[in-house]
Amino acid sequence: MPPGVCSVDLHVHTCLSPCADNGMVPTLIVERALAAGLQAIGVCDHNSAGNVAAVREAAGGLPLRVLGGMEITTSEEAHILALFDELEGLRLLEHRVQAGLEGLNDPEAWGDQILVDARDQPVGIEERLLSGASALSAEATVREIQALGGLAIASHVDRPAFSLAEQLGFVPPELPLDALELSFHFRGARAAFLAFGFPLVSFSDAHFPEDIGRSRTAFRVAEPSVTELRRALRAGQGVR
Amino acid sequence: MRLSEVVRALGLGVRAAGPGLESEVSGGYVSDLMSDVIANAEAGDLWLTVQIHANIVAVAAMKELAGIVLVGSREPEAETLRKAGEKQVTVLASSLPAFELAGRLYQLGLRGRERHAAGGV
Repeated sequence: MPPGVCSVDLHVHTCLSPCADNGMVPTLIVERALAAGLQAIGVCDHNSAGNVAAVREAAGGLPLRVLGGMEITTSEEAHILALFDELEGLRLLEHRVQAGLEGLNDPEAWGDQILVDARDQPVGIEERLLSGASALSAEATVREIQALGGLAIASHVDRPAFSLAEQLGFVPPELPLDALELSFHFRGARAAFLAFGFPLVSFSDAHFPEDIGRSRTAFRVAEPSVTELRRALRAGQGVR
Repeated sequence: MRLSEVVRALGLGVRAAGPGLESEVSGGYVSDLMSDVIANAEAGDLWLTVQIHANIVAVAAMKELAGIVLVGSREPEAETLRKAGEKQVTVLASSLPAFELAGRLYQLGLRGRERHAAGGV
């Protein structure tokens, strides 16, 4: 791989997401990301950034950048990734998102929601139902992410469930999204998705350790930061 | 009304039989937003939806619904059926769109309950 090209997978869940494997713990995620040859990952659990700091700490001193994020469920039940360089913006957004979450998790129905430390030790159980929807619309979510300096990417727009394109019928062209994500499953023609007028990326949406890096996007950037990635996307980089 | 009577009267396809079809249906609910079903459906409701994702099983189990009917000839994803077997949730299918199917359920005598809308959905 030539210097300056970063291979990134910005959609990785941890054991905090009820639908993710309980083995998605920080040291294993980091180990697997390095083995997959990634320069950066994004930690995006459903409606929570609770395990972001632990994964960042687990990657400390290693050649892997960890962007903090969330996969937000909007009030229309569309999934949108929010990614940040700094944790302050992410914390503010998490607060807004969680203010509208309803209900408590039933682990029997949805799965476990485990908070861990950087050494994979459980430190708590998230009791709110992270699989539910926030009270923020897609419009409000994306504008909030942008206002806080994050990267806003609509998740798996090619999928039948929880896709912005599917829930709203199309991707509103005026929505200030940085990119649309195509899922690992996507095999068709990209033209239909390029027609929405946004750059395309592809990430793994990893729920199991072996998923990490199965879909990734290469960027020619000095470093895989939110600022640099946004600049690259605006300059036309991404999946073609 | 028994679930089996509803299945027979409306010719519904049985994709997962849950605990059997002898459970009692006490009402109905139509929605494609899972958060809305979590907030507003009641135990014993038969839920009509176009959603086929496995999360519908978790919602039905959590709310103790009588069953799920996939409308408009939609078929459940493989994972949805696997979860339905695991959680003992009934998944039915109809070629009718939601409006027509809800109308026929009403004709059978099934009623929803008047609810105070719990929010903006």
